[in-house]
Amino acid sequence: MEALEILFTASFWVAAIRIASPLIFATMGELICERAGVLNLGIEGIMTAGAFAGWFTVYLGGDLWTGVLVAALVGMTLGLLHSVLTVPLGLSQHVVGIGITMLATSLTYYFYRLALPEVTSPPKIVPFEPWAVPGLSKLPIVGEALFNQTPLTYMAFATVIVVAWALYRTPLGLAVRAVGENPSAVEAQGISVTIIRTGAVMAGSALMAIGGAFLTMSAFNSFFFNMINGRGWVCIALVVFGSWRPGKALIGAILFAAFDAYQIRLQQLSGGIVPYQIFLMLPYALSILALIVVARRATYPKALMVPYQKGER
Amino acid sequence: MTRTILSQFSPSRRTVLKGMGAGATLAVTGGLATRAFAADPIKVAAVYTVPVEQQWVSRIHKAANAAKERGDIEYVFTENTANTDYERVMREYCEAGHKLILGEVFGVEDAARAVAKDYPDVAFLMGSSFKPDAAAAPNFSTFDNFIQDASYLSGLIAGAMTKSKNIGMVGGYPIPEVNRLMNAFMAGVKEVAPDTKFQVAFIGSWFDPPKAKETAFAQIDAGADLLYAERFGVSDAAKERKVLAVGNVIDTQGDYPETVVASALWHFEPTLDHAIEQVKAGTFKAEDYGVYSFMKSGGCSLAPLGAFEGKVPADVVSKVAEKEKAIKDGSFTVEINDAEPKSS
Repeated sequence: MEALEILFTASFWVAAIRIASPLIFATMGELICERAGVLNLGIEGIMTAGAFAGWFTVYLGGDLWTGVLVAALVGMTLGLLHSVLTVPLGLSQHVVGIGITMLATSLTYYFYRLALPEVTSPPKIVPFEPWAVPGLSKLPIVGEALFNQTPLTYMAFATVIVVAWALYRTPLGLAVRAVGENPSAVEAQGISVTIIRTGAVMAGSALMAIGGAFLTMSAFNSFFFNMINGRGWVCIALVVFGSWRPGKALIGAILFAAFDAYQIRLQQLSGGIVPYQIFLMLPYALSILALIVVARRATYPKALMVPYQKGER
Repeated sequence: MTRTILSQFSPSRRTVLKGMGAGATLAVTGGLATRAFAADPIKVAAVYTVPVEQQWVSRIHKAANAAKERGDIEYVFTENTANTDYERVMREYCEAGHKLILGEVFGVEDAARAVAKDYPDVAFLMGSSFKPDAAAAPNFSTFDNFIQDASYLSGLIAGAMTKSKNIGMVGGYPIPEVNRLMNAFMAGVKEVAPDTKFQVAFIGSWFDPPKAKETAFAQIDAGADLLYAERFGVSDAAKERKVLAVGNVIDTQGDYPETVVASALWHFEPTLDHAIEQVKAGTFKAEDYGVYSFMKSGGCSLAPLGAFEGKVPADVVSKVAEKEKAIKDGSFTVEINDAEPKSS
């Protein structure tokens, strides 16, 4: 019974939304890339770089929003590198993506050590504080879960709305979706596939980096190597779970985070019968299950992972 | 292809030859030369699988830097080495002429022991969950943070400081060194407050402070008013929710003056100094260095109460002093229990 009661506590939902926030950013980022036909496996590394860049900017004396901006710029730069290799040069997106992840994580660590050669524990910054939305935060459970979070969490939800609106309601969004489905049709319209894809990958990578920065600037207050800890890979699955649609992907991210928040709480109750690994596995196992149920009828972007060569048929 | 491989190999082969030459010279000049060398600092190299910020490794790093400053050793290190790369880095240091190799072989036991066999003149002092095997590798010694004495004492204080009699514990993985300290801590708590409830969770990662913090939040929500901070992130949750924390391995009270009541500290100095002595004397052999982390060897201690001076009940403070004395004179031994602790 105790196990079910957890689901009705406000603190559980607060935790779920907090855990979901970085995933929402990065999932939206990956979604934009994939809608434009580019699978971005650089996500894990880009998140690491963003986590470091944002935190380090604040550590050097910048304010928090400057940190977010710097993280986004670092993400865009890595995104540019990714797209130069995969879009005009048409190299394998898998290989380039994993390469970017390795490069970005190692480079981040290199800069970290260069900047802080002798520290016993990484310096801390003053992170984003929760900010209660007047009125709405007084609602039971929902108010506390959704309207008593840090500004970056609000930004994550706003990002979903902006991405959904831009993809489905603007000519630019149409172009992005079209290069992911049928790039030659876009080229026939006189729009450059290269530019659209490059732009999409850069914008997507910026969001991934902000997702990473959430961990060092909102969820926590300092940077540790490896702290992304596979969250990027989870986001790739969440895009599939969301059938490449922003709204569904948002639900996926919250669902995954809720599973995670739930397993953390279940671990304390069990009284030692169930091995802890089962709990750690729970969010992943349930996500796979949900993936099977939800994503079977998903229509993926037809030109995903297909490099576009001008004039080639 | 063959050429590249050859060209990659040739420098190291040359080093081997040079090393053999040096060995021959040594053999000729005999013991006299060894004694003449003894005053020189020993060349020490460390290979860590995590950054030197990591609590456990930071203690080794600190002791090595201290020895370096005393002029006893020359110290170089490689951090963040993947287990798959570990053996290569070890071999490189051996080839480069380092006489004492430090590190942690929890994930590469077999490979590391094989390296030791290939370099019988080099001393290896490695963190390990297993014991040394003098027959297989007489130059391979093991250590670990056997600081259960200090953990037990920190448990006594925790038992007195928890009001809700509910303690949250967040660990990385339930491996022997983690379990051992958690169990000793719990034994200490139970000594003072027998009916305390424990919430135990593992996050499946050494480095995920946001996750450790989330887990700690969940434990506070479930009634814990004192946390055992095995991972980074736990003390942060305690600070935010204004509950107490007990530190482990390193002293974090400086960062959390109103949160961290006590910390069980690990001192690697006795372990390293013993090894340096042995290497200098030319008597380094396979030995279990675990005991050099015990309290009676000075390998661990309870951090000073600092900001909590006067806030911990006096009877518990005297009990801690009494137990500390008993541990040191050998009349009391803290049980070493490597079994995975469970929520109660």
